[in-house]
Amino acid sequence: MSTTATGERTLTYVQAFTEAIKLEMEADPTVFIAGEDVGAHGGVFHTFDGVQKQFGERRAVDTPISEQAIIGLGIGAAVTGLRPIVDLMFMDFVLVAADQIANQAAKLKYMFGGEAKVPLTITTTGGAGLSAAAQHSQSLEALFCHIPGIKVIYPSNAYDVKGLMAASVQEDNPTLFVLHKRMLGVRGVVPEGRYTIPLGVANVSRPGTDVTIVSWGKTAADSLVAAGQLAAEGIDAEVVDLRTLSPLDIDTVVTSVRKTNRVIVAHEAVKFGGFGAEVAAQIQEQAFDYLDAPVGRVAAPYSPIPFTPALESKYVPDAAAIAAGARQALARPGA
Amino acid sequence: MDLTRDQHLAMHRSMVRIRLFEEAAGKLMEQGKMPGFLHLYVGQEAVAVGVCEALRVDDQITSTHRGHGHLVAKGGDLSRMMAELMGKATGYCGGKGGSMHINDLSLGMLGANGIVGAGVPIAVGAGFRNKYVGSDQVAVAFFGDASTNIGAFHEAANMACALHLPVVFICEHNKYGEYTPTDKAMVIADVVDRAAGYGMPGVIVDGMDVLAVHEAASEAIARARRGEGPALVEAKTYRFYNHHGIQTLGVKYRPDEEVLAWKERDPIFTFEKHVIDGGIATREDLDEIWNAVRAAIDAAIAFADESPFPDESQLLAGVFTEMAR
Repeated sequence: MSTTATGERTLTYVQAFTEAIKLEMEADPTVFIAGEDVGAHGGVFHTFDGVQKQFGERRAVDTPISEQAIIGLGIGAAVTGLRPIVDLMFMDFVLVAADQIANQAAKLKYMFGGEAKVPLTITTTGGAGLSAAAQHSQSLEALFCHIPGIKVIYPSNAYDVKGLMAASVQEDNPTLFVLHKRMLGVRGVVPEGRYTIPLGVANVSRPGTDVTIVSWGKTAADSLVAAGQLAAEGIDAEVVDLRTLSPLDIDTVVTSVRKTNRVIVAHEAVKFGGFGAEVAAQIQEQAFDYLDAPVGRVAAPYSPIPFTPALESKYVPDAAAIAAGARQALARPGA
Repeated sequence: MDLTRDQHLAMHRSMVRIRLFEEAAGKLMEQGKMPGFLHLYVGQEAVAVGVCEALRVDDQITSTHRGHGHLVAKGGDLSRMMAELMGKATGYCGGKGGSMHINDLSLGMLGANGIVGAGVPIAVGAGFRNKYVGSDQVAVAFFGDASTNIGAFHEAANMACALHLPVVFICEHNKYGEYTPTDKAMVIADVVDRAAGYGMPGVIVDGMDVLAVHEAASEAIARARRGEGPALVEAKTYRFYNHHGIQTLGVKYRPDEEVLAWKERDPIFTFEKHVIDGGIATREDLDEIWNAVRAAIDAAIAFADESPFPDESQLLAGVFTEMAR
């Protein structure tokens, strides 16, 4: 365990995740984890370190590499009264299980006339930056934001991971909880004990007056770095970390835009058809008269994710790219 | 297997309920009173009934696009079913699911399903829950022969065996995947051959014989209940109507002789002969059942007819469970 200079406890992003799971499992005997390598191995990214050791094989279940059946296991268990956490090792694999997630888990309650309760948490790791190439690096959150009936969470820091994960497990609806692989080792102050951060509530992670940067996941962390760079140039950027993409807290975004009059949306996924387009559209619907510049977008180009670090580093938008996007939004003269 | 007279009559009643419900639904569709798709279970009644008579109310089942029979056999309410098929507010899903999503969670009927094979992993999840809470409840997955060519089935069958769950797999082999003969879709004649690949026992049973289905299912279910793991029962059966609706399509895909030969083996009529010949019940007893069910179906149709369509306020209701803050 580490502490800050002021004695506050810090955990890494992944430790915060594991701690949330353990605390929820201690509090609620219906919570269990299942997935590939989550038990004895503790997850390939250590996301479930020590869970089986503490709770045993009954509650920390190693499954075959069968993504559809992993999700189906969760749905069937959830609808009959348990509170499953089922894991898909890489976010890219959600596509293998797409039917069970999108056609079954997300729709079951509505199709059944609202009767059913599906308290299912699907956990996975997204994001590029490990030279994992095109099938192990994607951020596919936009796909699931397009499916009514499942909530989508993509946290940017350890504190949020713990609180949002606890809320996801306690949530009576299906949730897709995405961890960013490059954030796993990043430390932050994390209180001990249980706490939740409500789903669907964004966080103004840096207040500012000149331009709003809307983001989530690792890009929201990078946006804070970008804001620091901008501050050195005398630009006071406000960073809105959405934390939950669906449901979307557009009110917090609009409130910020009304103050700054300039906004960019930054995310790691492909720009074309990305979730940034939805955010941008809602901003212009709700705050058009407040805008002094078009809503900018900083995101990945239209290609699969390359393997070689030489290209991957150019592919993923970094803090410099986000700062450049913010400068562009400021370049246009105000009203 | 020794069954009481009441059990025989219960099975007969359940099969007749399915038959008359489905034929009524088919006619209503032809009259334009039934929106959407309608996959009738007529001909396959012995499978749902033989299996569900071996289940307890608290056992779970998952079903298919051809799912009405499973819900009826599990004890479903005919009026709420008919209302759902008509899209009415009083239906099982408040009119928002329809034929392919009909369910009754209080009866452990975890839903018909519009996606071939997709209910099978969900049954595995219910079986997982049963084992997790230390219950002797059993989960049963109903699926067709064509489902066994889809990945979800294989993943689910393997996982149920790997985790040693109380799940019973009931394959309704009706010889056609929609309009394509099964022998064009797989080179093995018997789905049961696949059971060995997952390390579970499998048995073939005459799916037109409700007693045979009941016996085989009872054994598989009892085994699962004892904690001895999954098993597969393949019931050879036939649907008397089309993949969808009642009318034949312009394109003929099944030889007349084949359809007639299977209809000769009608699961209800052959069972009636057995019951009467065996002195278990009289023709009059059985006619009484038919008449009572006819009246129940008429009442179900009247209930559905008189029920309102859901209010527009229901359009966005039920996407999520509201969370207390």
